[in-house]
Amino acid sequence: MVGSILPLQVDALSLRRGGRRILGPISWVLAGAGITVVLGPNGSGKTSFLRAMHGLERINHGDLQWAAPMSLVRAKQSFVFQTPILMRRSVVECIAYPLLLDGVPRGQALIQASDAATEVGLGAVLNQPAQVLSGGEKQKLALARALIRVPEVLFLDEPCANLDGRSTRDIEAILAVARDAGTRIVMSTHNLGQARRLADDILFLYNGQLVEAGPNSILETPTTPELAAYLNGDLLP
Amino acid sequence: MDELWQGLAHAARLIWGFDPDLLEIAGLSLRVSLGATFVASLIGLPLGAWLAVNRFRARRVVIAILNALMGLPPVVVGLFVYILLSRSGPFGVLGLLFTPTAMVIAQVIIITPIVASIAHQALRDLWADYHDLLISLNASRGQRIKALLWDGRRALLTASLAGFGRAIGEVGAIMIVGGNIDHVTRVLTTAIALETGKGQFGLALALGFVLIALAIAVNLCVHFLSRTERSGRW
Repeated sequence: MVGSILPLQVDALSLRRGGRRILGPISWVLAGAGITVVLGPNGSGKTSFLRAMHGLERINHGDLQWAAPMSLVRAKQSFVFQTPILMRRSVVECIAYPLLLDGVPRGQALIQASDAATEVGLGAVLNQPAQVLSGGEKQKLALARALIRVPEVLFLDEPCANLDGRSTRDIEAILAVARDAGTRIVMSTHNLGQARRLADDILFLYNGQLVEAGPNSILETPTTPELAAYLNGDLLP
Repeated sequence: MDELWQGLAHAARLIWGFDPDLLEIAGLSLRVSLGATFVASLIGLPLGAWLAVNRFRARRVVIAILNALMGLPPVVVGLFVYILLSRSGPFGVLGLLFTPTAMVIAQVIIITPIVASIAHQALRDLWADYHDLLISLNASRGQRIKALLWDGRRALLTASLAGFGRAIGEVGAIMIVGGNIDHVTRVLTTAIALETGKGQFGLALALGFVLIALAIAVNLCVHFLSRTERSGRW
């Protein structure tokens, strides 16, 4: 791809908060295509890892090397938060907002946003205030908003936490479409079934460390005792 | 107590009779206070938003000063503006002293800190909500401020109305820089002060009731026009 921002070289990335190291050092390369699923128990550093790569966290040690200048990198990636952050606007205006930031004329942005909303199944609630949507609809809105700039890299932090099976299936379908369209996806989840369904490769974080990384098959044949225990449903100390 | 009823009756007679002096005085009150509110909002609302989204070393000091300025004594502001606008002052050539413009200037100085401070408090909470999203979407500083001002517009209305409330009831500063000149700079508050001084309590009370009614009417109008406090809205 011309002007690709990938690969991303994560080099000994480490975050400290309140005098405690909460992540790293982690070294990893984000490249190629497909979906990477980040697994790990609560507090293992999944969210911090995703936020750090996206550029939302101050990095204490280590380095992130994208293959393009930062201005391009910032424009070609987006993030879906675990709890969707909704603006106090209507659904279609929320989805159009990133386009408006890019200077797309308002009329055109709204048309594009209504198409995007319809694609994710929000066609019936276009003009409702975003805040009154159900949990699943809010997350779909966040997803449509994240995808409207056609990002090259999409980070998702437990996008299906607290959602029922139907909403989860809808969101996985949207993610699959985005992946097939060439968006590189990195997402965290606690749902092992979701990891099995979506992941091309797996990262397993534990206590801020990258304990095991590999293709989807490591879910069946883990090589580290930590991942084995996690997959087993054991409570890690 | 009897005087209160007489005042109320007097007020009703004045309003009912469309007393030309009353209309002139009330009209100037409205013009000066709304003008000052408009200018103060133009300065104060963006300033509040700017303070909400920016983190800099002196931020706390600036906010503390802003909050302290909310209690600025109007008489002192009036004196300050008087000296600046008087013949021998730096802006004396403009010939603004004892004009409604001078009164607007004094009120802008008094209410801008109020507008900015209330706007900052409202937008700080909104910014806490929006922070991660707007950073993630790579919004520029100007775009962040614009989003806050637009999405927080109903809270900002309260900030402007608080400023208006202070302006319309203010007497110390406009008395000094306006001079309470009949048919030129006389407004409701200065007229009330004058009539009270003359012992005309009935008229003073009547003007007082008109002032209160005016303030309520403006607030109702604004809320009605902006459709706040309705379900399904923010």
